[in-house]
Amino acid sequence: MTSQVKTRRRPVAVDPVPWWLKVFGGLVVAFFILPTLFVIPMSFSSATTFQFPPPGFSWRLYENFFTNPVWLDSLGNSFLVASLTALLATTVGTAAAVALSRLDGKAARFARTVLMVPIVAPSIVVAVAVYISFLGWRLTGTVGGYVLAHTAIAVPYVLVSVTGALGGFDQRLLKASASLGASPLRSFVRVTMPLISRGILTGAIFAFIVSFDEVVIALFLRSPLFQTMPVQMYNSVTVEIDPTISAASSLMVLAVTIIFILPQLLRGRAGRRQERRP
Amino acid sequence: MSSNKIRWSGWLPLVPALALLAGVLLVPLGKTFVRSVSNPDLTLANYEHLFTDGVTMTVLGRTALTAATVTVAALLLGYPYAYLMTRVGPRARGILLVVVLIPFWTSVMARNFAWIIILQDGGPVQSAFELIGVHDVVLYGTNAGVTIAMTQVMLPFMVLPLFSTLGSIDRKLLLAARGLGSSPTAAFWKVFWPLSRGGVMAGVMLVFTLSLGFYVTPALLGSPQQSLVAQLLAQRTTLLLDFAAAGALGMVVLVITLVLVAWANKVGGTVSALGVVATGQPKERV
Amino acid sequence: MTRQTTVEATGSRLGTGLGTEIRLEGVTKDYGLAAPAVDDISLTIEPGEFMTLLGPSGSGKTTTLNLIAGFETLTEGTISLDGADVSAVPPHRRNLGMLFQNYALFPHMTVAQNVAYPLRERKVPKPEIARKVAEVLELVQLTGRDDTHPSRLSGGQQQRVALARAIVFEPKALLLDEPLGALDRNLRAALQTEIRRIHREVGSTFVFVTHDQEEAMNLADRIALFNNGRIEQVGTPQQLYAAPETLFTARFLGDSNVFELGAVGTGGTVAWEGESWGVDPETVAAHPGVRAAGAIVVRPEDVEVAGSRDAVPVGANAVRASVRDVEYMGSYRTLLLTVGERGLLGRARVSALRGEYAIGDEVVLWWRPRAQRIVAA
Repeated sequence: MTSQVKTRRRPVAVDPVPWWLKVFGGLVVAFFILPTLFVIPMSFSSATTFQFPPPGFSWRLYENFFTNPVWLDSLGNSFLVASLTALLATTVGTAAAVALSRLDGKAARFARTVLMVPIVAPSIVVAVAVYISFLGWRLTGTVGGYVLAHTAIAVPYVLVSVTGALGGFDQRLLKASASLGASPLRSFVRVTMPLISRGILTGAIFAFIVSFDEVVIALFLRSPLFQTMPVQMYNSVTVEIDPTISAASSLMVLAVTIIFILPQLLRGRAGRRQERRP
Repeated sequence: MSSNKIRWSGWLPLVPALALLAGVLLVPLGKTFVRSVSNPDLTLANYEHLFTDGVTMTVLGRTALTAATVTVAALLLGYPYAYLMTRVGPRARGILLVVVLIPFWTSVMARNFAWIIILQDGGPVQSAFELIGVHDVVLYGTNAGVTIAMTQVMLPFMVLPLFSTLGSIDRKLLLAARGLGSSPTAAFWKVFWPLSRGGVMAGVMLVFTLSLGFYVTPALLGSPQQSLVAQLLAQRTTLLLDFAAAGALGMVVLVITLVLVAWANKVGGTVSALGVVATGQPKERV
Repeated sequence: MTRQTTVEATGSRLGTGLGTEIRLEGVTKDYGLAAPAVDDISLTIEPGEFMTLLGPSGSGKTTTLNLIAGFETLTEGTISLDGADVSAVPPHRRNLGMLFQNYALFPHMTVAQNVAYPLRERKVPKPEIARKVAEVLELVQLTGRDDTHPSRLSGGQQQRVALARAIVFEPKALLLDEPLGALDRNLRAALQTEIRRIHREVGSTFVFVTHDQEEAMNLADRIALFNNGRIEQVGTPQQLYAAPETLFTARFLGDSNVFELGAVGTGGTVAWEGESWGVDPETVAAHPGVRAAGAIVVRPEDVEVAGSRDAVPVGANAVRASVRDVEYMGSYRTLLLTVGERGLLGRARVSALRGEYAIGDEVVLWWRPRAQRIVAA
């Protein structure tokens, strides 16, 4: 290397990563991961409190989670709301992303920004406003109320992931499709959708997780008859001191880990995309 | 006109999304605002109360301080981490990225519950301090505990935009600076740091604004005596049922947030950084 | 399937419509920029004709094609197919085939699925789709590649698939947007021949956009030469080359020696840098601009080179020049010349058999008045 010609130092890599930076990175990794892992030993605790370390091993908390109707109902409610939210948010979000990819100018940029607002708007403010309005519209404590509110905050995630997929989409294919006699809607179904399916799927998964995990708005919309799992978890910490939450938490950590690791594994196996057969 | 028809039909697929957003978000926010300024006549009394009730200003100040602390801590941890991500091989980078993303998408409740266990009286943190001879460190129910937990929750919002920016900086510039006689440290501060300021800006603004409105962590880990603005807002809504006063406070928080985001967006492109965070898919490095 | 049946099949296609007349009247496209992209164009493309829209980039030829296809909306004017105004018809209902420079094949479909696409959109019964796909793939010589994905094919093969896809549904006309631009030289030549053959066999109207004058000359029945959003001249390749109306046309198609004249009077001679040249009235362009400002255009192959004025025949126009460079082209040589007092660049094509020329040689160029062309500058 030229810089080492003058100074007669030992040859070293020109641009090494310092060891202390690696150590620091390791510490941050620990800070990211370790705290959450505490819920796993807790979930096998035999105690009836949040005592740590657990006094003994037991499956009792999992047993309770899967037999207690309060937990099971909340889990079912969350699945219902998150599925409907994913469906609705993916539909309207994909439509919006496709429309925006073909529009430009100030108005389109403004529309995109407006659709992104739910990500930056503080969820507590959104929750309060939604709560006050939904009270009047009799939507609190209803599946519809939850789905509408969650869809509004999930749409930006779909918008971003579908927009990302559209970035690699050749808009000229739509011209070709039109010249071959396909209406815009048919072109979307037969050309656009198959080619951006990965982005749509990603968006749907994100929308599902956003809804499944949402707690602030859900806290305000809950009713004694209908509440989601995050709300039940919140109750179990604040009101009931119910350690079943550690079983619930462990299951959710496991679920998200699988959702994230699985695509990585599948991607590795699928190989080159061009070889894919429809 | 046919050209008009085509121009408008292009907007048609946007209608459901915009209508939903309007109905669920904009209309309720608008109604909340209207209620906050009518009694039923036009009045600013609810806003005046915020300044004079002796509580709101204290809480807002405490919230801003907490958010600022969280932001600084996240930057100090996140910048070196993001830098490391850009320097390691693709495999290690993938692992570091998943490490950021998994907790990001892990249940908020699960993560806060984990912090309750760690920080509680008799929890592992207290035990660890006992080992080095410091007694009775209970962070549960304190602002310090809230700050630590929030830093962990917010860290992905700092790392992802930083990674996106840092990854796009041409490292040859650093070598060029070294070649021109700068020490590694000087090269970093004179070349790399200035080029990374857009990402820093985006991360700082994201973490700060999100921290301002954060509810779950302070509600679960903090104390009612040391409440942050989100708790105050929830309390006035659900306990006191004073929608007008709550609406006024909510509007103040919302406006502060949106002004900060708009300003940051002008300076550093936060909205695009948000896209990165939203899907956890930083742009591929070319 | 034998050749014979293919021809019969395409023959039945011919029966449905022997090409379509495309008529553009006062067509204008204004994006609100300094000048309209397409400015008041009128053009009639005859049924079954191979029309080439030729011009430099930004001259409006591609915009015009997009207007015909319906991808752009008209600012003013009308476009009609066989007399029916289609100005307000969306592209997917115009029934025009289109070929794109980047092929625009659907990457998630096989060759057969790509070709079947327009037929499926038209709800053609399945057995008929299979039959037509097989026929058209044979027409473009891609039989047996049905199940291949486009990304596995070469550029030339991909464009043949695109061609098959664009003609399989018997469109009223085929629009080709620089379809060979991405291919290398040899492949281009081969596909040009192929496209001409298919035009003959299908008998449909073809509108071909290119910026390559050689390609336009090779392919077209007629060329519409575009410049600055207007049509400069329409005619057969021979007409455009031999009888250009304007200097732009003369310069765009082939090399030429250009002598700018200023106003052209009605007399029998014109003057250029002290030379007095005879004019054949038949060679003066009908273009009205020629009276105000004209230019003499002489093609390099029409210029003779002499050693001195004595060797120039009576009645020929002559000018002094010196040899700047000699390019050997095999059977002939091109002399690059410095002409006249202002050192104009000239070209002359001379046989490889005649004479030797060295750089710096003083020569005299001459040509017959009927070999020159006086155009609007």
